Amino acid sequence: MSDHELRVSKIRNGTVIDHVEGGQALNVLAILGIDGSEGLGVSVVMNVPSDRLGRKDVVKVEDRELSQSEVDVLSLIAPEATINIIREFEVAEKNRVTRPDSVTGVLSCPNRNCITNAGEPVETRFDVVADGVRCDYCSTILRTDIAEHIDV
Amino acid sequence: MRQDHLITAKQLSRDDIEAVLDRARAVADDPAAYADRHAGRVLALCFFEPSTRTRMSFDSAAKRLGMNTIDMGDVDSSSVSKGESLADTVRVIEGYADALVLRHPSEGAATLAAEHVETPVVNAGDGAGQHPSQTLLDLHTIRENHGLDDLTVGIMGDLKYGRTVHSLAAALTEFDANQHFISPESLRLPRSVRFDLHETGAQIREHTDLDGVLPDLDVLYVTRIQKERFPDENEYHRVAGEYRIDAETLEDAAEDLSVMHPLPRVDEIAPEIDGTDHARYFEQAHNGIPVRMALLDTLIENAEAPEGPEVDR
Ligand SMILES: [Zn+2]
Repeated sequence: MSDHELRVSKIRNGTVIDHVEGGQALNVLAILGIDGSEGLGVSVVMNVPSDRLGRKDVVKVEDRELSQSEVDVLSLIAPEATINIIREFEVAEKNRVTRPDSVTGVLSCPNRNCITNAGEPVETRFDVVADGVRCDYCSTILRTDIAEHIDV
Repeated sequence: MRQDHLITAKQLSRDDIEAVLDRARAVADDPAAYADRHAGRVLALCFFEPSTRTRMSFDSAAKRLGMNTIDMGDVDSSSVSKGESLADTVRVIEGYADALVLRHPSEGAATLAAEHVETPVVNAGDGAGQHPSQTLLDLHTIRENHGLDDLTVGIMGDLKYGRTVHSLAAALTEFDANQHFISPESLRLPRSVRFDLHETGAQIREHTDLDGVLPDLDVLYVTRIQKERFPDENEYHRVAGEYRIDAETLEDAAEDLSVMHPLPRVDEIAPEIDGTDHARYFEQAHNGIPVRMALLDTLIENAEAPEGPEVDR
């Protein structure tokens, strides 16, 4: 993506999530619980060339600064993501995502026989382990296909 | 043990386990001393899945502590069939009882239940998850016959869905035990259980055949391979037949090998073993009483202990 193109969609205040693995932008929004109904300005760029990732997605959310704990969940599907907090068109903070200790309410358990899939009034809760996440209820480990189990 | 609930064997330290087993030994030595210990208290038996054995074992253990028991009855005649959530059910039953025993067909059910109540919850089996009170009585049986260190244990049969296996394997990592797992390829330990065992650095080996490892074993823990686990009946008969124990199988076993089984068995262990010194499965079932008495006694004691800083032990 050239500088010119970037400038076109520059936002005044908000958050730019860059270096999202190509194709994961909508999952990023899903994890963040942003579906447009909040009235925030949201722009999504998908599958543009990237030196680092081959192709990448970029997500821009206007007028909302995402907290580190909110964005850390993204590390599960977009480990290379960079988070730019924008104030008055300038990058005020630039952060990488880091792996959280646990993830609540974002993923659904792949084990159909898990109590969290039985219509109980509970949020799912996963521990982040070495190479995936693990259901706190049934201990099932989810490794590669995390994006398929995003439940929002 | 300063635990509020018993949900999984993974929560138990060696000290926790030994404390309950010491108490179980004391109970067995002098049951009369415990007969009125919890008079006036009530244990709720919440079985969302058919079970006679475990239910009766808890029922008997509670009554031998002087408790009364209440039973929610069969699932199809209770409010569960009217669509009530487990979270609601246990919150209601909590008001009727001083402790809850829960069996449920879904993995994680006991974890969920314990999040919704203050009353002690004992997991008596959650789907293919855990069955930690069974593990305590298994360990008691092993301890009384062999001790719990310098031990080689073979666990055979349905290791994938066998919740007694998952709990026992986890608890044995607290002791100096080599674990051998013997099963058909399709019924190997699930990934999550292997993950935990590797995390603890436990010595484990997996086999498809008992022969090579049998002579090394102090304990052979046999579980049932269920027909439902196989797409066709011929395949089931072929596979299950390879994991059956009879007198001939045990010719190469150590003289003091203990053969255990959580029961009920179907034909995994030939009746001809019953009369031998290897057979421990009835003794094991009987140990359910003092062990569950000790467990209930411990949990109720913990629940009623005044809140305070946890004692470092
Ligand atoms: Zn689960």
